[in-house]
Amino acid sequence: MLLALLSSVLDAAPAVVFAAVGATLSERAGVVNVGVEGMMRAGAFGAAAAALVMPTPLGVLVGVAAGALVAALHAWLCIQGRSDQVVSGMAINLVMLAFGQFLLEAAFSSPAGTPAITQLPKWFGHSPLTWLAIVLPFVVHLAVTRTPWGLRLRAVGEKPQAVAAMGVRVTRLRFGAVVLSGAFAGLGGAQLSTAVLDHFESHMPSGLGFMAVAAMVFGRWTPLGAAGAALFFAFGDALRISLASSAPGLLEVVPQGVLLALPYALTLLVLSLQRRGAARAPAALGQPYDPELR
Amino acid sequence: MRQCAAVTVTIALRHIKKRFGSQVALDDVSLELGRGERVALVGENGAGKSSLMNVLYGLYGADAGEVAIDGKKVRLRTPADALAHGIGMVHQHFTLVGPLTVAENVVLGREPTKAGLLDLPRAKAEVAATCARFGFVLDVNARVDTLSVGSQQKVEIVKALHRGVSTLILDEPTAVLTPQEADELFAVTRRLSDEGLTVVLISHKLREVLSFATRIAVLRRGKKVAEVTPEESTQASLAALMVGEREAPAAPPASTPGDVVVALAHGACGKLKDVSLEVRAGEVLGIAGVDGNGQRELAAVLTGLSRLDGGTLHLLGSPQPSLTPRAARRLGVAHIPEDRLHHAVVTDFTVAENVALGRQHQAPFAKGPRIDFEGRLSRTTSLLEAHDVRPRAPSLRLGALSGGNQQKLVVARELDANPKLLVAVQPTRGLDLAAVDAVRSRLLDFRAQGGAVVLVSLDLEEVLALSDRVVVLYEGRVTGEFTRGEFDERLIGERMLGVRDA
Repeated sequence: MLLALLSSVLDAAPAVVFAAVGATLSERAGVVNVGVEGMMRAGAFGAAAAALVMPTPLGVLVGVAAGALVAALHAWLCIQGRSDQVVSGMAINLVMLAFGQFLLEAAFSSPAGTPAITQLPKWFGHSPLTWLAIVLPFVVHLAVTRTPWGLRLRAVGEKPQAVAAMGVRVTRLRFGAVVLSGAFAGLGGAQLSTAVLDHFESHMPSGLGFMAVAAMVFGRWTPLGAAGAALFFAFGDALRISLASSAPGLLEVVPQGVLLALPYALTLLVLSLQRRGAARAPAALGQPYDPELR
Repeated sequence: MRQCAAVTVTIALRHIKKRFGSQVALDDVSLELGRGERVALVGENGAGKSSLMNVLYGLYGADAGEVAIDGKKVRLRTPADALAHGIGMVHQHFTLVGPLTVAENVVLGREPTKAGLLDLPRAKAEVAATCARFGFVLDVNARVDTLSVGSQQKVEIVKALHRGVSTLILDEPTAVLTPQEADELFAVTRRLSDEGLTVVLISHKLREVLSFATRIAVLRRGKKVAEVTPEESTQASLAALMVGEREAPAAPPASTPGDVVVALAHGACGKLKDVSLEVRAGEVLGIAGVDGNGQRELAAVLTGLSRLDGGTLHLLGSPQPSLTPRAARRLGVAHIPEDRLHHAVVTDFTVAENVALGRQHQAPFAKGPRIDFEGRLSRTTSLLEAHDVRPRAPSLRLGALSGGNQQKLVVARELDANPKLLVAVQPTRGLDLAAVDAVRSRLLDFRAQGGAVVLVSLDLEEVLALSDRVVVLYEGRVTGEFTRGEFDERLIGERMLGVRDA
């Protein structure tokens, strides 16, 4: 039972890990990203649709690109357009929700999901993306804490004027971070449709993107913290699946809806337990940068 | 040492023009800077000093005109261009990243690397070497937000010097420093300029301009109106050039203090540790101190915004164990808060609505439960007239007024309630000279009519100019008390830094 639980965490966690780690990049650069859900959805759909006509690994790359493309829209609205970043992110979620459904019905005339594709191969019992999800947080951690790019990223989210005064282009730096964030979310979405399942389902990613944002906050805007929190939340999800499958009798006592809500309830519980003020967001988070205003 | 007559011109700004919307910030301004010169730019707020330097630093694009360095025309479109040409700038509001260390802040934008990774040990060594070379004492490992304001400013200067700049622009560098820190800053920059660094100083403080600069350019309303040497100038002559025609404010006449209005005994609240003080009717009590030594908490306690953790407060003779802002107002406490935009006005409301704020339930602003539009309008109109707030437009959005006029309106509103005590925090910060004079003379008028004023200001000159008595706060305690006649700027400065009698 425990081994099965662990195994299902390894399948469920990568999507949230990728998205949460990606979200830290955008937010450390000072751009709020609550559009993770929509970016994941773009990645999930893009990967599944592309994998129908090309090898699945290439499809995953298409999913990554789709996530990045949606993020580029968010970046453009927030950085060039100086729109409200929360509104832009939520708008992206809503638009992608509807757009995904539209494409499903227009291209596949099936509201439930895309046709089945060849799943990603398994390495040691899990998809390669699972192993990538273990390595990537450390790579991103290294990039954020130990590279010039990471130093600038951390600085631009705290005080963009400082970065600009030192001759670094604030808009370019932020744009890159948001697009990268979307690419990670797209990778997470692709993992859902090419590794967890073998097709895109109409409700994907069904709130995992929001869970990723919560993981990022719980992980205090650090890549390793966000990955750890994502793992914890995925555990809640795995626990639900494992409970439902190993003890079907439980369903007669507990309504299924309660079980379905388990991971989300866990997210809420943990966020409410977190000591207030312990999580400090980047100082310039959510503020558009105006060079002639200081 | 001085070389006023025949300096080699290294940077020439020629016929610079810059507009912001319909407002002309710079109108055909030319300025030359020679190697090793110390040029001061003076002028009122909005005269164009900072705009001119922001053009030179590549932050603003000029609408017309050109910049030449060593006789060659250059394009400075970003700070990176300016830095590449050896021009560095220390801004009035620091551009430091608080959670990063001194070393990280200094190398930001040009970081040493090893195999693609940030080489922090080398960064620290390089920054430490720069500090040592120019005589700055800084811990390169310290987080910048743990440093004092004076040290943060050193970090800003080290940032520029680390880039190897040959021209350093200082925008209002002493606004937040104690006199001692300011002296140290000028000593260091003077030495650097003797070694060939060109320094541009933007300052309101004419005394420091006269003692520091080798040449002074005066700007007025976007135009350069004069270029003088300190030898041929006095504070009065510079002030006259800056504003055109204007009288200097007279020193306040001696006060005749009346009854005790405020009596605080062993007050404690947050950063305020143990402060006892008294303010009487008809006097101005100045609170001097470096930012963050309990002044903010003191003002909050007096206006009911914060509750005392310890000690007792008496207002007009009655004890106030649990003062609320509303109760304070009813007792006759008026407040000019430090941050006008956050705590005094609503910029999206009209001028008249802002005048009614806080008294919206009383005549003449209300009739029973309804707003009295006519009463509000007539009261606002008379206040605008009496306090010379321009334009005289009660239904204009407040945000459309200049900062000086907004502040004049706040003062007008607060004094209109016939208070007994006025708590004024940084009442003239960021205002132009005309507005500064207007606000200061209102405070003195109020005092002459028997009002008590508590004046909290980081600008020691202001405190000394207006106060009958000065209390110095350091780390939440009173480290000195002076009455007019025994004001000694050096001594007060030492007390502000916590230096006690030897």
